[in-house]
Amino acid sequence: MTDQPNLIEMRGVSKHFGDFQALKDVTLDVKLGERVVICGPSGSGKSTLIRCINRLEAHEVGEIVVDGVTLTQSQDSLDKIRGTVGMVFQQFNLFPHLTVLENLTLGPRRVLGLSEDEAKARAMLYLERVQIPDQADKLPRQLSGGQQQRVAIARSLCMEPRIMLFDEPTSALDPEMIAEVLDVMTELATSGMTMIVVTHEMGFARRVADKMVFMDKGEIVEVGTAEDVFTAPKSDRFAAFIKQILNH
Amino acid sequence: MKRVIFLMPLLLILPGCSGNWGWYVVDPTTTNGANNLRFMATGAYNTILMSLTAIIISVIVGLLVALPGLSEKKAWRAFNRTYVEIVRAVPILVLILWVYYGLPQLSGITLNVFWAGVFALALSDSAFQAEIFRAGIQSISKGQYEAAQSISLNYRDTMRYVILPQAIRRILPALGNQLVYMLKMSSLVSVIGMQELTRKANELVVSEYRPLEIYTILVLEYLVLILIVSAGVRWLERRMNSSEV
Repeated sequence: MTDQPNLIEMRGVSKHFGDFQALKDVTLDVKLGERVVICGPSGSGKSTLIRCINRLEAHEVGEIVVDGVTLTQSQDSLDKIRGTVGMVFQQFNLFPHLTVLENLTLGPRRVLGLSEDEAKARAMLYLERVQIPDQADKLPRQLSGGQQQRVAIARSLCMEPRIMLFDEPTSALDPEMIAEVLDVMTELATSGMTMIVVTHEMGFARRVADKMVFMDKGEIVEVGTAEDVFTAPKSDRFAAFIKQILNH
Repeated sequence: MKRVIFLMPLLLILPGCSGNWGWYVVDPTTTNGANNLRFMATGAYNTILMSLTAIIISVIVGLLVALPGLSEKKAWRAFNRTYVEIVRAVPILVLILWVYYGLPQLSGITLNVFWAGVFALALSDSAFQAEIFRAGIQSISKGQYEAAQSISLNYRDTMRYVILPQAIRRILPALGNQLVYMLKMSSLVSVIGMQELTRKANELVVSEYRPLEIYTILVLEYLVLILIVSAGVRWLERRMNSSEV
């Protein structure tokens, strides 16, 4: 992994919401093909950090470079970066008035300029990959939470991103549906996709993560390989957090 | 049972009329009555045409005024507020008179009665449409915009394919209300001589001297039109909802 180029570079990134400092001088590199899991207590800035990468939140200080493009206010850099980065949300955020297939083809048709047939073919390909091709003509609300989240993953993949961001993808799911979403994500990781995942699923983190990032109060407190971090956390805060999560 | 409830309002009216009804003026079995009814009904065409034209224009203008109201830029929002507050404050009747008699003096543009009526109705209603659209669009969750951004949709496509289709479903009942309102307010255009339902009734009253019967028929004409519109809107709501389930 060390010989791969950096796909994302964050240097000294800070961000406030009013008086609240959501990110404090965050520096993080993500290499091509690397799987990064970010964990930490709620309000620690995990979501804000990944939302800065595709500028759903604008950072105030510091530099973010994605695939060689520096993220600025310019629409041009934004378009380039959003074309490189896919995102999966906690609340799925599927388009409720469109069928599964239409959810998947909207981006490829309107943004990538694919024909209807091409977009459909691509959509079916990814629906098969998340193992729900038979749900193509249903509306999101007719699907279970786990299926909806898999559709959301497929919708992102249809744009053929180089990086996938996951913002607590299983937090809104019933326990019995978490596994099916994690399975899809694991498969995606195995295929070599660069991924940043905000999650509390420590089993998944242990299995998949090349790099674990622990955040607290807007700062990156600890970075290490999954094995190092779980067996011998360096900081007390992380040790306490892990203990809490694993005993829970 | 339903029929009895329907006739109740008539029962309330009858005791007060002390046998003064002169239904002959609108009795379809007599030649004169039938002619009078036909004369009154001819106004329906203009009432419907004027209301529909006005509602279409007001929906488009309303949407165009609503969008800047959702902007992050202060100047755009100020434009939205100014438009809504000013237009909403002018009584429709005053606006009709101003457009028909005032506008030609101001601009040299003379609109015929129909277009003056449509213009005034549409302008007045557009302020309300703008507020309805703004509320409808604001009711769509932030997550929908973020999902659209995450797949790189631009503003126009986000609005067209993601936000507006959902917003319109939600505001459909309110849009139906506005159409009903428009049909009723179109009666005011009679004051500048528009040959619609109310004007026709007024003209008949002048020649027949039977205001009670003629205006009662006029009430029924509006009632029928509006019940049809209500049924249509409810049908549309059901259809859209069933396609969403």
